[in-house]
Amino acid sequence: MAPLPVTGANPLRDPADRRLPRIAGPSGLVIFGVTGDLSRKKLMPAVYDLANRGLLPPGFSLVGFARRDWEHEDFAQVVHDAVKEHARTPFREEVWQQLLQGMRFVQGTFDDDEAFERLRGTIEELDKAQGTGGNFAFYLSVPPRSFPVVIQQLKKHGLADQTSGSWRRAVIEKPFGHDLRSAEQLNKVVHEVFAPDQVFRIDHYLGKETVQNILALRFANTMFEPIWNRSFVDHVQITMAEDIGIGGRAGYYDGIGAARDVIQNHLLQLLALTAMEEPASFDADALAAEKTKVLGAVKLPKDLGRSTVRGQYAAGWQGGEKVIGYLEEEGIDKQSKTDTYAAIKLGIDNRRWAGVPFYLRTGKRLGRRVTEIAVVFQRAPHSPFDTSATEELGQNAIVIRVQPDEGVTVRFGSKVPGTSMEIRDVSMDFAYGESFTESSPEAYERLILDVLLGDSNLFPRTEEVELSWEILDPIEQYWDKHGRPAQYPSGTWGPTEADEMLARDGRSWRRP
Amino acid sequence: MKIDLTDTTSSKINKALVRGRRAIGTPAVGMVLTLVIVTDEENAYDALKAAGDASREHPSRLLVVIRRVSRTLRDRTSSRLDAEVRVGADAGTGETVVLRLYGEVADHAQSVVLPLLLPDAPVVVWWPVNAPLDPAQDPLGALAQRRVTDTYTSEQPVRELSARAQAYTPGDTDLSWTRITPWRSMLAAALDQVTCEVRAVEVEGEESNPSCELLAMWLADRLDVPVKRSQSAGPGLTAVRMETSCGPIALDRADGRLATLSIHGQPERAVALKRRDTAELIAEELRRLDPDDTYASALRFGVEKLNAPPAPPTPAAAAKKPLAVPVPKEDAAK
Repeated sequence: MAPLPVTGANPLRDPADRRLPRIAGPSGLVIFGVTGDLSRKKLMPAVYDLANRGLLPPGFSLVGFARRDWEHEDFAQVVHDAVKEHARTPFREEVWQQLLQGMRFVQGTFDDDEAFERLRGTIEELDKAQGTGGNFAFYLSVPPRSFPVVIQQLKKHGLADQTSGSWRRAVIEKPFGHDLRSAEQLNKVVHEVFAPDQVFRIDHYLGKETVQNILALRFANTMFEPIWNRSFVDHVQITMAEDIGIGGRAGYYDGIGAARDVIQNHLLQLLALTAMEEPASFDADALAAEKTKVLGAVKLPKDLGRSTVRGQYAAGWQGGEKVIGYLEEEGIDKQSKTDTYAAIKLGIDNRRWAGVPFYLRTGKRLGRRVTEIAVVFQRAPHSPFDTSATEELGQNAIVIRVQPDEGVTVRFGSKVPGTSMEIRDVSMDFAYGESFTESSPEAYERLILDVLLGDSNLFPRTEEVELSWEILDPIEQYWDKHGRPAQYPSGTWGPTEADEMLARDGRSWRRP
Repeated sequence: MKIDLTDTTSSKINKALVRGRRAIGTPAVGMVLTLVIVTDEENAYDALKAAGDASREHPSRLLVVIRRVSRTLRDRTSSRLDAEVRVGADAGTGETVVLRLYGEVADHAQSVVLPLLLPDAPVVVWWPVNAPLDPAQDPLGALAQRRVTDTYTSEQPVRELSARAQAYTPGDTDLSWTRITPWRSMLAAALDQVTCEVRAVEVEGEESNPSCELLAMWLADRLDVPVKRSQSAGPGLTAVRMETSCGPIALDRADGRLATLSIHGQPERAVALKRRDTAELIAEELRRLDPDDTYASALRFGVEKLNAPPAPPTPAAAAKKPLAVPVPKEDAAK
């Protein structure tokens, strides 16, 4: 989508030459917490897939930093296994050989000064041996409480210093704080060391093809945008459902909950992309400006008790499997008030959306794993057909299926073949897997490449993060003071309170 | 599902396609283009297999046009169209129709193909072998937005390159050009890393591989320096060496798989640069359907202008005055 990076006056680069891929300049990636799940399942395979597609520069280097007592070879073996198991593209020995040359491991804890000195030595050695040119991105795949110490260590040992045209970037993962205050603190800590444009906040949802396609769908076509407003849209439902429980993440999850874990980042970002005005261009600043504007216009309902719902999954059957409830999970306080389901109703105060409710819901142990945005349209103001003919006709809808089975569904009424006039909902379907490759790149591939290229289109900025907390904080505060989460049986679509919440508005949740 | 039709017509084939789709239960499919493969019986299998693999990335309707040789007078005067319709699991992710043309109809293949094109979707014609000298003027080529030839399969690849340059029409492209994308990408990346001026270039590779010429012409066109084309035993392209103001830069690939990039003053680096199979080439070719101006510009540079001192220009080349690129100075490459 973005033009080729033109570095200097390379005569072999030509914007018209669209076969040449966007290839990152000389650089390396340092992963903190490299032994973690995310690193093995997503980051390492993504790096390999990028290399396999020829998008990494020659001499690209990958440095792992962790407590484990490993040699470079042990690290390489772990990456090798992770790549073999999780990479999207087939394993090719020559690509592996190319990567292997730049693979290093640094052993140490985050407060170990010597280890960071060794890391600096490794980076300097790589600059000489691999020609990385001092360009390094530090990927902090570490628990939030370790952020400040790692960032400080990077500063202390001169690892964050950009010298003579080289860059140093920080990549951080959610959660970006747990409320506005902590988010501001975190931003302060990070920005003290890295300039704001060198900080990349990963929200892997934004790297997904379908999410980027929201912008293409809305702004590259003419048939959707004219009806994308309060005159035609009845309401919008944004759903992210998971079928799994909290698994082994009790320590992280308890006290955080679904709203902070998902609504604050993923769902509000999806809302921003769905509701924002057309950006002046597709560059990072213009996009961020529009997203910030629409997030700033989000309005909370007056009565939070009636327009928000939270729940906890209770024991039940999920997809033919007997599962335990949240309060019975290991490591969870029996009195815990943490929400594993959250549904909220928001309004957007601008000319386009005034009076159109946006319903956001997320939860664990729901019916199935699905993320989608459903724009539900108003009924036709007048129908020439009698009511018996349109009895089975629902509201028109455009559903953007973010995952799985990425695509777009349009629902509309159609005559049922036969002698009587009977109209029923049908869907017209566009599936990514059908019209495009089986191999659309993983979100992390795209995002890592963007970090190396310094392209910040798909990364939420400080203001967006802080605005999102401003939306969520009052709700969380209200929940702290009032009542307890409703219980819902695992494997269903959430607590009945959530259905009642929509029923009060004369609407109902889609079954995704 | 496979339906065989003998002595048939396009409209019967269309009916068979609909019948096939109904039978497997997918009334609508998201095919994005029609790929017409024009080939002889000998190359049909390989071409279809490559296109089938590529169709996993670009679901398409594949029309394979096979002109059968008529050996007797009787065969030549009678005319017959046979078709083999494959949908579902037998056809990868799209639909395939293999068309065999006997006798007179073989000269009117476009009349068979036209009714079978997908509505609205772009059309790509690919000649795995024996491409016409002027693809855009060919009756089948005229139906397409994109015409894919493969100079590597011709008897005299280098001479054919000149012919392609003469006949170039926006939308033409050649698999010999597709083959060098990874090389071009890596060379561009190598120049990203230094800020020096290139003075001369040498491209080394198999004798009869037009990709070497195309790469050399692209470099000459973009860099505006003399480019020497030298020969090696292959496989394919084996090396590109650049003389620059800050020392030599070389990309060397002896085994067709793993290359070494050496930049003066920097450590040597291994680079994966595997020769790709036809399916991957076709998949790349189908990714973009707009005219490839970079190809046009490289092609028009002119094979004869490589390798100073030049051989006496061929009449064909003399007739053509391509872009205003200065002719490389003699001996500068040495």
